Amino acid sequence: MSQTTSLRNLFFCAVMALFTHVVYAQKTASDSIAEYRAMLQDGNPSELFEAKGEDLWKQKRGPKNASLEQCDLGKGQGVVKGAWVELPRFFADTAKVQDLESRLVTCMQTLQGFDAQTLAKTPYGKGEQVNITALATWIASESKGMPFNVPQAQMEERKMYEVGKRLFFMRAGSHDFSCATCHGQDDKRIRLQDLPNLTKATGAAQGFGAWPAYRVSNGQMWSEQLRLNDCYRQQRFPYPLFASDATIALGVYMGVNAKGGLATAPAIKR
Amino acid sequence: MKRQNMVLVCLVACGFLASCATPLPSSAELDQLTQTILAQSFRSEGQAGMDRLNQDEENLACSQAQRTGVELDEKTSEEIQARNLKAVQQPADGKYLGDWKQGELIAQDGRGKTWSDQAAISNGGNCYNCHQISKEELSYGTLGPSLYNYGKLRGVTNPNSPESKPIVQYTWNKIFNPRAYYACSNMPRFGHKNILTQEQIRHVMALLLDPASPVNQ
Repeated sequence: MSQTTSLRNLFFCAVMALFTHVVYAQKTASDSIAEYRAMLQDGNPSELFEAKGEDLWKQKRGPKNASLEQCDLGKGQGVVKGAWVELPRFFADTAKVQDLESRLVTCMQTLQGFDAQTLAKTPYGKGEQVNITALATWIASESKGMPFNVPQAQMEERKMYEVGKRLFFMRAGSHDFSCATCHGQDDKRIRLQDLPNLTKATGAAQGFGAWPAYRVSNGQMWSEQLRLNDCYRQQRFPYPLFASDATIALGVYMGVNAKGGLATAPAIKR
Repeated sequence: MKRQNMVLVCLVACGFLASCATPLPSSAELDQLTQTILAQSFRSEGQAGMDRLNQDEENLACSQAQRTGVELDEKTSEEIQARNLKAVQQPADGKYLGDWKQGELIAQDGRGKTWSDQAAISNGGNCYNCHQISKEELSYGTLGPSLYNYGKLRGVTNPNSPESKPIVQYTWNKIFNPRAYYACSNMPRFGHKNILTQEQIRHVMALLLDPASPVNQ
């Protein structure tokens, strides 16, 4: 609670600082924004979610009263370190390409006895979704600073990359927007927000590689799935289902593009 | 033991070959797979129905061009532009300019047409998301060109004069349907897709072209 309040204060101070800089110090707006972002890095509340996620991983929960410690995130049962920078990937047991969140749902079903359908239908920020986000935050943090290496060895993974690429460039909806409208060029911004170019390694690692992230503006931890969901909302598309193949295909496209770029999640955003 | 090893080596090798030797499906098959996945991956929410996923001919051609890096050929581009120019509706009463103050509010407003917006609200123009417009607003995007001094730079001193008619009409057409001039423009088709009303477009026109607008100071 005090963490949130102090962040709000920090936010307010940063906005005031921004204003002062722009008006009096003749600093460019982007300089001030960069300063504001640097100030935010000082204390990232995502650490609280990381701690919660680690607890949840080890805790015996669900109808089967089991922990997730036997969950295979792609690098073998129970291997967490480095798992996230190699996701999404193909899993033989489900015969599906899965991202971190959909894989967690599988493990929560098989190991703990939760119902996968119910988990997928739970709204963001409610019930078990909060726990999935916390788990994803901890798991991603265990890959912080590691280079992306999303696999393309399996046919299903290569197909998902191609589908993801098609979705990325797909213009539709009331405004004719695609992902590429905002994220297909270098050095562009929407209002004052810098837009990473998700078609290139640097931008894809910066963009895709930052989520889950803590959003100061609404005081929430946002998972990769929720980030994509809100992109599609602003794109004026219909509602993407949690862990749907379209969102996973986009994850493969961005993750493969990010190859060699370093993971920064869990990041802190405005 | 030795035999078991042989079998294992064979299995691994076969598995490896199978995964490498299978070619990727054709582009048309991948298009089809994408459509199947799209239909299963979304649901309608609020005013954002599943019909939003349907691509018209232009969107289909432009998406493919951008994805493959192969630009539309000249003939296709010209056809798209001619078709869209023809479909532009000119203002019913021949009045092209409204009130720049209301235009500024529309340019600032980014709401409308998302699943979380009420369908009944009037939509914003989202203009500042991509363009610099008036000098006072520092929070502008850079996806589109700067529109600061738009009318002044084009020598518009009296938007109602015959000399100004071509630029006034071009600007109307551009806002109504940018594909009238550039087949794969990134800009939304504000009139064509009923994002803004004619009345709202008039106000945005005034923001850009009225000599009294802060844009032209």
